[in-house]
Amino acid sequence: MNMTSSIPAPMAKPAPVHPRPAIELQDASVVFGAGEKAVTALSPTTLRMDRGEFLALVGPSGCGKSTILKLVSNLIQPSSGLVLIGGREASARELRIGMAFQNPTLLPWLTIEQNVMMPLKIVEPFKRTYRRDKRGAYRDRVHALLKQVGLGDFANHYPWQLSGGMLQRSNLCRALIHEPDLLLLDEPFGALDQFTREELWQIMQDLYLDRAPTVLLVTHDLREAGFLAGRICVMSARPGRVISDEPVTLPQPRDIATIYSPEFVEMTQGLREMIAQVRSS
Amino acid sequence: MSDSIRIRFLSTSLIVGFFLLWEVLCILLNVSDLVLPRPSEIFVTMYDRFPVLWPHILQTLSSTLIGFALGVTIGVTLGVIVGTSKVAYAVAYPLLVGFSSIPKVAVVPIFVLWFGSGTTPAILTAMVICVFPIVVNIATGLATTEPELEDVLKTMGASKTEILWNVGLPRAMPYFFASLKVAITLSFVGAVLSETVASNMGIGFVMMTASSNFQVSLVFSGLILLALMGVALYAIFSLLESRVTGWATRGTEIAVT
Repeated sequence: MNMTSSIPAPMAKPAPVHPRPAIELQDASVVFGAGEKAVTALSPTTLRMDRGEFLALVGPSGCGKSTILKLVSNLIQPSSGLVLIGGREASARELRIGMAFQNPTLLPWLTIEQNVMMPLKIVEPFKRTYRRDKRGAYRDRVHALLKQVGLGDFANHYPWQLSGGMLQRSNLCRALIHEPDLLLLDEPFGALDQFTREELWQIMQDLYLDRAPTVLLVTHDLREAGFLAGRICVMSARPGRVISDEPVTLPQPRDIATIYSPEFVEMTQGLREMIAQVRSS
Repeated sequence: MSDSIRIRFLSTSLIVGFFLLWEVLCILLNVSDLVLPRPSEIFVTMYDRFPVLWPHILQTLSSTLIGFALGVTIGVTLGVIVGTSKVAYAVAYPLLVGFSSIPKVAVVPIFVLWFGSGTTPAILTAMVICVFPIVVNIATGLATTEPELEDVLKTMGASKTEILWNVGLPRAMPYFFASLKVAITLSFVGAVLSETVASNMGIGFVMMTASSNFQVSLVFSGLILLALMGVALYAIFSLLESRVTGWATRGTEIAVT
């Protein structure tokens, strides 16, 4: 992947003042409903992530992986415990968040360019000069990023004119355009075929190494977790909690061939067995 | 492409055929002018009396459009309020259904009582009659917005107003424009209705007067003028709809281009 880009890498910016850690869950739990009908989506969970870290959350379906993402992005509030983002409560966060869901969720009435530009219209400090820059600097910025993921010629297309893989690439661009400090990925490659997925893993890795955001990836694909992440947390079945927390020691950048190497296979086998155990128990 | 041309040709032939059949049947069955004038007579009358009819056409059109504009403003405002809040939706719905089920003819005497006969009741009837479909459609469009689309903006830290402007309202546009097509036709009906009851201007008034003078072909001229105006208004809003909300009907768009 050609990494020459007109977008300055975050390294070039003045160092942010946000304290470590980037994300901290302190005994955070989520219960939907009340009384006898109450459903525990997440048992009290403690989790810390440092700035610039790439953490993958894996586990069986319904274990609360997505619930953690929703807590961090403040789409839901914890029933108990605390969720701290950059040292503040999630609702008062100062960090910029970019999020990509499993469905591309692009707005069908906007072109790819307009969709990807949306965060610049909403998020401070970009929105202040949105009116002035949307046809100039912001447009160039969107085009540069689209080009980086191989969508340079599709800026003026509508979402329905693109394939699933292209939509998911646009989705990643939208999550990254405002240079988020924190990138939240909810199985963004889940619905794609194997080849497209591997291609996007590489794009994702390049974007991560280029910009060094803090990334929290939820996935049930162990190879995806092993290929992309610097650290993998395994969650138990519903109601979920973190049962294993291991770093991935393979050096980055990783080649797609890495996933067939013995160390890699051994690591994913270990994770697989652990998940198989918590599923059956 | 050839399909759409064929359909256009066929529907034109159908309209022409309808008038031809009417003409032929009137001649064959020897129908009296006082019961059902022949189309040729009607068009001649329309042409002869056009200078007299023209101000009435403008009157009806302007009452319709002013009433419609007011109705749209009120309808959109109410629709946004009702559609963005689940509580408001539940609370207001019975009242809205109640209002909508009143036959709109019944409100004309009340407007006449309040404002006297003339333009005002026509405008108000046109307004009242078109509010409800707009409210319902805007509210439905907003209420059925996929939560995932809103979540995308929420995670960016967007305010409620920003979500409404960037997701809710564009998402409700196809519903809005579909309701506009219905609403403009209803407004037109409302305005004419009020004119026939209490006015001294407008096509509705012309038809009432002509019918009490047994100028039957003039009555029919009014009828055909109404049909033409109705079609024109509908066509304008259909065109507007396909321009603005093409993304929602892309399937047919692909078929046409």
